[in-house]
Order: sequence, then structure tokens, then C-alpha cells
Amino acid sequence: MNPFEAVRLALDTIRTQKLKSAFTLMGVCIGVMFLIAVVSIVNGMGNYLKDDLVGKLIAINSFELRHRPNINMGDVDNATWEEYRKRKRLRYHEVAPVAEVLPEGTRYAVIADNQLSMTSQYGRGPRTVRVTGVEGDFFDIKALEVTDGRLPTPQEYMLGTPVVVIGPDVVERLFPNLNPIDREVRIAGVPYRVIGVTETQGSAFGMSFDNVAYVPYKAPARRLFNAEPTMIDAMMIQSPSEAEMTETMERVRTVMRTLHQLRPAEKDDFAMQTADSALEFWNKLQGYLVLAGVALPAFGLVVGAIVIMNIMLVAVAERTAEIGLRKALGARRKDILSQFIVEASTLGAVGAMAGVGLGVVIAMIMRAVTPLPTAVAPWSVVLGVVVGAGVGIISGVYPASRASRLDPITALRAE
Amino acid sequence: MSNTIDDIGISTTGERRAVVSVPGTTPDPDWVIVARGLKREYDMGGEIVRALRGVDLAIRKNEYVAIMGPSGSGKSTLMNLIGCLDSPNGGEYWLNGMLVSAMSDDQLARVRNKEIGFVFQTFNLLPRATALQNVELPLVYAGIPADERKRRATEALDSVQLGPRLHHRPNELSGGQRQRVAIARALVNRPSILLADEPTGNLDSTTSQEIMRVFENLSRQGQTVVMVTHEPDIAAHARRVVVLRDGIVESDERRERFVDRVGISHATTKVAHD
Repeated sequence: MNPFEAVRLALDTIRTQKLKSAFTLMGVCIGVMFLIAVVSIVNGMGNYLKDDLVGKLIAINSFELRHRPNINMGDVDNATWEEYRKRKRLRYHEVAPVAEVLPEGTRYAVIADNQLSMTSQYGRGPRTVRVTGVEGDFFDIKALEVTDGRLPTPQEYMLGTPVVVIGPDVVERLFPNLNPIDREVRIAGVPYRVIGVTETQGSAFGMSFDNVAYVPYKAPARRLFNAEPTMIDAMMIQSPSEAEMTETMERVRTVMRTLHQLRPAEKDDFAMQTADSALEFWNKLQGYLVLAGVALPAFGLVVGAIVIMNIMLVAVAERTAEIGLRKALGARRKDILSQFIVEASTLGAVGAMAGVGLGVVIAMIMRAVTPLPTAVAPWSVVLGVVVGAGVGIISGVYPASRASRLDPITALRAE
Repeated sequence: MSNTIDDIGISTTGERRAVVSVPGTTPDPDWVIVARGLKREYDMGGEIVRALRGVDLAIRKNEYVAIMGPSGSGKSTLMNLIGCLDSPNGGEYWLNGMLVSAMSDDQLARVRNKEIGFVFQTFNLLPRATALQNVELPLVYAGIPADERKRRATEALDSVQLGPRLHHRPNELSGGQRQRVAIARALVNRPSILLADEPTGNLDSTTSQEIMRVFENLSRQGQTVVMVTHEPDIAAHARRVVVLRDGIVESDERRERFVDRVGISHATTKVAHD
């Protein structure tokens, strides 16, 4: 008997015994459903972090030179923190030597920021805003544009003119129903002229990226960003392509080690943070979550396996006469064996497919009602169905071998 | 009473003696069944039950033989051995020139599929399968492709006048129709022997006669038929009757001698020859 025949036979049995099959399939179905759902939720969290969060913080093909990484997803131990704390801060005078070694076509920007209080005579109360002092190609690297007004000019950067580009949230709060361009705003009490409004940058985890203001690095707010005005928080560097970025990072490392007078045996006392390095911890965590996502449904699958085995044993007992007849008509031991194994694995696979369907529905519901962009992983669908069928095979082996060993004479007599 | 039918394919006592007398020799292909000193013992919890104690039996192609005997005579055991459902403890069994008594389980399954067409007392149809699917079953195990299976199964059902009932399930058919489905199933693989175990045991007398007519027609068309029964008037439909008692052959004779000896009314047997 060919396998196709056996599958058809199994589907017939499932069709004719719907209720019994439904109960049989439940364990596998629920197990696979959780597998699909958990994996797609973990996947969704991963995509969210990569695209929405880190993607917004770190531009494409770029890295940030910092004294220590600022995106740490929780995996930094105390000793490392201690070491981070003792590091030399980056200084403005280090920017020029680094910029000198950058390959042609590379963009760079200086960043220093802090949460500062902003007020205006038009809006309500002070507003705490993330104010960033920038210089260089900052707006190009971030691909950030103004919807209104303009960006600072090179002269304004050079002179540290008190001009500011503000985010939409700040406009809403400090300039309700007003065009803010050319109006005055105070940052920590110092008057600035609004020259532009940025496009919206959205939010992540309830944190708005629009409650921001950008001033020339050399503007008066510089004194308020860090303990000393010459300190900067980061130098942002963007290569024209991913391939060139590695080379650029190597050059920057060499310059920085020279500037910091590090001996060859000493470790870097600065960080070059890429999107990948920021996601390192997440990638590790994702592994554990997926493992949990696979381990928990495993219990459901074990239960499913026991149920299928039980049902198959009952089926063998109920169909003793049928087995006897099949043997009398020429079924060999392996024909009977494969009939029942295929039947069990078809049960498992059908259960798994139902589970896949339900898992996908759960993922879609999660997507609709939570901010998580859940994404069903194709491999989890394949794994689910394969595991379902595998559970069927494993739990079908024992009942099938019992069936195949039945003596045709005794089996024929059973009614 | 047509003597011509009886003359076709009936072996004589002398011929049978000759073919069973030399152990180990392959019989002439004309002999479908040759059993030499067939023994079967069962161990029933320490007690040895000797169901067959040395049965000699030779059946030639196109014979129509009934095996009779009271319960406990060993006729079911003999049927199981002839049907290759069981293996003997002693003696030899040649089916169609093959030494079946030396075969493995899987080889026996192959032989059952190709050489034996079973008809059971309780029909043994798959309840959820249609008549057509039931008849296709032996072809499935023979590895015949689906479209040819369908064609041959339809043919077989046509030959037992069930052409219009192809897609009926057993519970939609009468007892006689079910047994005819079973006969179609038995014949679909063109077996060497049609082996029937109490084929009329679950049927009323009218339907029994109907089934006996089917057997008679098959025999006329050249099919070798072996039928196990405990009813003398059913056995009397065969052309040769073998009676077992206590695990050995008690008598092996033409129908006429059997009928005369047991005294069955002519009326019962007449029907089969209309």
C-alpha cells in the first residue's frame, strides 16, 4: 500500500469520527498554537526593537563613538559599570583628529544632550525637553527634515548662534495654535530663536521622539549638557556602505587609542556602538525566549502524544476484525504498521495545522490590540507541523505494532 | 441432473492417492491444493489439542469441494491452513505448486492476496467503505494503480449483478447483496481458489440458494471453489464432499454418493442446477 493511500485512509477515519478526532487533536493543537503564538510574539518584539527603537536611535550604516554604550539592554554587570564610570569622557578637541582619518564620503556629527527645561511666553508652564547640541552632518545622517522653517546654517554652527529647531510635541506645548518660526523660546532661561520644526519621529514603548529640540553644539546650552563644556556625548559617524563601515571603525579605533595613549595590551576605553551591538543583548534574550516558546508547548505536545496513543490503542482494539480482514486479504505486517502510524501522524499533523491556524489568529489579534508588530515565523509553522506529525508517529508506533502483530485468525473472529 | 458438469475437473480417488503419496515432490500444476499428512496442534495452557492429525487432501483445478464435519472435527483449522492464515506443525501443504507450509508471515500474506479469495460467514465488509472500496481492498494490497483498481472492482461487482450498487455502504445492502459484495471482493484478484467459510451461515434459505447459484456459476466458469460448512444440504451443492472427523478425513466422495448416504432430499439440491 502506498503512503498516499494510507493518508487518504487516515483522513477518511478522521472525517467519519469527527468528535473523537477533535478531542484527540486538542493536545497537539494547543501545543502548536502556543508555539506559533509565542514565537511570533518574540519575533514581533525583535522587529519592534530593531526597526522602531534601535532603528530610530541609530541610523543605517552608522555607528556612534562614545565613552560607553548608551543602549544597554540590561546585561551589564557591576564590574563593567564600574569600569564604564571611570572612563575618560569624549572631548570636543578629539573630533578633529578622528574626522581627519575618515574615508571620503563619510559623514559625521557631534552630539551632546541633556533634558532641559524650555519655556515660552505663548504656552503653558515649563516643559522638559531633550535638547541636543549638534554639529556637522547630524540632520543628514538621521535623515531628519524640517516641515517648517530651516536647519541651522554653517555660520550658526560655527558661531554657536542661539537658534533652535524644535520637535512637533514642543510646538504643541509651547506654541499652541501659533507658527513658532522666528518666535522666542527659552532654554534653561536663555532666549533662542526658533528657526525650524522637525517632522514627527514617532514613539517607541510610549516614549515620544518628538519632544526634542536641536541647537548648534556651540550655543550657550553647551554648558548644561555635561559637567564640562568641552565634553561631548558622542560622535556619530556614517559610512556610505556597510562594507566601508568596518574599515572606518578600524581607523577610528586606531586614532582613539593613540589619543588616549593606550598600550597594545590595554582594552579600548571607548565604545563604538552599532545597531548590531545595541541589539546584542536582545539577540541573546530572544534565544532564551524562543527556547521558552518551544519548551512550554512541549508539555502540551506530550499530553497530545499520550492522548493520541490512547486513542490509537482504542482504535486498534475496536478495529481488530478490520485488521484481521485486511491481513486475510493480503496486508503484510508492515502494511498494517504503516496504516496505523500514518493514521496517527495524520492526526498529529491535522492537529498541528489547526494549531498553526489558531496561533496565527492569536498573533493577528496581538498585532491588532497591542503595539507589538507580531510576525509569524515561517520556520515555526514548519516546525509546528513537523513536530505535530512527529508526535503522531511516536505515539502511533506502539499501537501500530500491536495491530500488526495480531493473529489474523483470532482477529477475524473478533466482532 | 447433468452428468457432464460432474465429469469436468473431478479427480478420481486413484489420482488423488497418487499425488499425495510421495512426500517432498512438487505436484503437477494441475493440482491446486495438495496436503500431505497435515498436522496442527495447539497448546491450550499446557494441554495439547490435536486439531488435525494427518490430513491428506488433493484438489484439482476447477473442482468444487465442500469440507464438512461436526464442530471440533478440525474443519476450521483445515480451512485456516488451506487459506494460508495459519501454518501446520507437520506435513506439507502445496498451493498451486508452492510449498506454503515453509513460508514466512509476509510470504503467506502475499499468497493470500494472490491465490486465495475469502468469503466469510459474517461477510466481513468494512462498514464505512462503499461496495466499490471494499472490493478494491485486495487490489490495494496487490499494489494495483487506482484507476485499474476501480475498473476491475466495478467489473467484479457487475459479475455478481451489483453494478447499480457500487457506491452503497454495507448497511444499505441486504444480506445476500453483502455476501455478493464479499464474493466480488474474493474474485477481484483472480485467485486460484475461492475459499468460503460457512458462506450461508448468516442468510435465510432463499438467499442461501441465491448465493449457492453464484457459486455454481463460478464453478461452471472454471473457478476452483472450496467451501467449509456444517450443513449437509449446503455441502450437497458441491460436486465433491470431504467429511472430517476428529482431525482426519473420514470420507471423500462425489456428491451423489454423499447425498445417497446422508439422505438429503433431491429438492434442495435441484435448485443449484437450474
